[in-house]
Amino acid sequence: MIYLEKRPTPSRAWALATPLLAVLATMIVGGLLFAAMGKDPVLAIRTIFWDPLFGEFASYTRPQLLIKAGPLILIAIGLSFGFRAGIWNIGAEGQYILGALTGAAVGLAFYPSESRLIFPLMVLAGALGGMAWALIPGLLKVRFGTNEILVSLMLVYVATNLLAYAALGPLQNPEGMGFPGSRNLSQWSASANPELFTGTGIHWGVIAAGLSVLVAYVLLARHAFGFAVRLAGQSPRAAAFAGVSPSRLVLTCMAISGGLAGLAGVFEVTGPAGQISIDFNVGYGFTAIIVAFLGRLHPVGILLAGLLMALTYIGGEMAQLQLSLPAAAIQLFQGMLLFFLLAMDVLTQFRVRVRSGRAQAPQAVVAQPKPAQGTH
Amino acid sequence: MNLNRRTLLASGATAATLATLGLPVRAQEGPLKVGFIYVGPIGDGGWTFQHDQARLAVEEHFGDAVETVYQESVPEGADAERAITQMILGGAKLIFTTSFGFMDATVNVATKFPDVKFEHATGYKRSDNVATYDARFYEGRAVMGTIAGRMTKTNKIGYIGSFPIPENIQGINSAFLHAKKVNPDVEMVVIWAYTWFDPAKEADAAKAMIEQGVDVILQHTDSTAPQAAAQEAGNVFTFGQASDMAAFKPTPRISSIIDNWAPYYINRVQAVLDGSWQSQAFWGGIGEGEVQIGEITEAVPAEVKAEAEALRDRIASKEYHPFTGPINKQDGTPWLAEGQVATDEELAGLNFYVEGLSGDIPS
Repeated sequence: MIYLEKRPTPSRAWALATPLLAVLATMIVGGLLFAAMGKDPVLAIRTIFWDPLFGEFASYTRPQLLIKAGPLILIAIGLSFGFRAGIWNIGAEGQYILGALTGAAVGLAFYPSESRLIFPLMVLAGALGGMAWALIPGLLKVRFGTNEILVSLMLVYVATNLLAYAALGPLQNPEGMGFPGSRNLSQWSASANPELFTGTGIHWGVIAAGLSVLVAYVLLARHAFGFAVRLAGQSPRAAAFAGVSPSRLVLTCMAISGGLAGLAGVFEVTGPAGQISIDFNVGYGFTAIIVAFLGRLHPVGILLAGLLMALTYIGGEMAQLQLSLPAAAIQLFQGMLLFFLLAMDVLTQFRVRVRSGRAQAPQAVVAQPKPAQGTH
Repeated sequence: MNLNRRTLLASGATAATLATLGLPVRAQEGPLKVGFIYVGPIGDGGWTFQHDQARLAVEEHFGDAVETVYQESVPEGADAERAITQMILGGAKLIFTTSFGFMDATVNVATKFPDVKFEHATGYKRSDNVATYDARFYEGRAVMGTIAGRMTKTNKIGYIGSFPIPENIQGINSAFLHAKKVNPDVEMVVIWAYTWFDPAKEADAAKAMIEQGVDVILQHTDSTAPQAAAQEAGNVFTFGQASDMAAFKPTPRISSIIDNWAPYYINRVQAVLDGSWQSQAFWGGIGEGEVQIGEITEAVPAEVKAEAEALRDRIASKEYHPFTGPINKQDGTPWLAEGQVATDEELAGLNFYVEGLSGDIPS
């Protein structure tokens, strides 16, 4: 029989290998899915994973990868601190919306001034807006012991309603003939977040994402805060003995994740999206959770995972367009990626053993598979 | 509109980026490639479904002369810009973007590809290569309102709005005015769903209305969920929206307002093939065949059916305009004098209710 034996410590080799295995398994099962739909599986996989990078129109799609990956990486880096410490901010989507709203509101308050100070001010307001939104579940947890998973998630729905209100009310374009949506921020020079180097797709948000990876790496490897985060995740008791204040850790982690999500929001609304509209949010805040785990909560891993996720988006769109694959099949394909990643996590925590059926494994060894990081 | 022109010029500065990159836009040989950007899935049974039916009609009409591509469930915003661009890189020379939220994306891409023609549904920003088109849904709502006013027993009719934009407000006002005309005691309950397509939210809205005593429901959202909710409740009538929703015949669905984009799409594709395409703002209604009234079922008494069909025909022949004075605004101030007809400009920016409607338009 096959059984699982708990490893004394999670395997480092498997921790690195499982994301790759998950991608491979997704390709195989996804390919089977596409084949069952009557499409050429090799062509479909090639369109998704290869064409955006090296295909005929790569000079257009490669910059698009960065545009798509930027907010994912920025948000996921923020989330990774809390996730490492066992603090579950699931509401980055709402913090992303609030960042865009506060940023846009501050900018539009100065319309039509052309001052160069407006954009930096908007960025600051966006970060603070996202941070404030994340601190609500943080403070409630610290003060009243509420569950931050629930509160942060519920606040996403509040945020989407605020967004609709803003798009139809205070931030509505007065010259928009009554249609919802704000003025176009990317077409107003004082608030625009344009492509900085022609043909690269790099805007301020992409640069911020890159910086966040660097800073997170240094923080985690070299700084006392990184140590506190890692310790709290591995052993809350040890962390307490080491003098880490749980309340302060919760608030700091929530503030960082909310602030970065807010930044992502303000860079998006001034750049690629261009305006506050009812459908401004497209799920970056939720996808970033997948990116964070796909990247093993490690800054470099998150960087790669964000790019990979962007690849499946862009490639998925190309597959839809060129091979007439339905959008639902692409979403299924992306969902598989997370599923396989979580499933393969078992290999990091457990050893697979094969033993002949007769010899029963000792009870203690047949451990129940347990997810590595609490409830994800 | 001044601002729009100015911002358009400003963005023209960054426009030629793709051209300077020397991107290999596929050369056009053989059939004309026509792209369609959809906001929902083609199986939504409503808005997107009807656009896709029109796409199929284009394919059938032109045969080998035309090739169509489409992308469904495209988010409105930055992703739309990419979807449109990729279609163009794939060789599309005419693009239909079929939702209001694609407006800025369409205009942005259009400045980068002056040789490609764009058709944007329900928007108001145009340029040399961006045309807009819309349907006079309010004409159909007048017919629905007439039937609703006659059919309600509780004198309460409901309207599930999608977003408080002029198109919805036209529909609400038109339905209410014509219900009131045949039933002076009628009241209208409006619920905003803030979505074009969300079966759960639409069902909730319908149920909330039914609990308030509403027994005829009009919807400006695209799913069949309100129909199902009405069927479950019994004794509630509904109208199909965007597509016929014939599965709910003969009740609760007693008629429908059908979007028929095929004539327009075929026209515009023909114009590109002829080289006669020009930017324009097209707004067709019942007369142009763009808005159709679905079968009025046997649940509706014959004289009501005849009355509704007579109204439909008078609108189609332009003999009657659904917004003909005297009509007052909600606050009692006059809007249209006796015999005066609302202009298209007024309707395109309509942002107030007519007299007799209660509640505020969210803003």
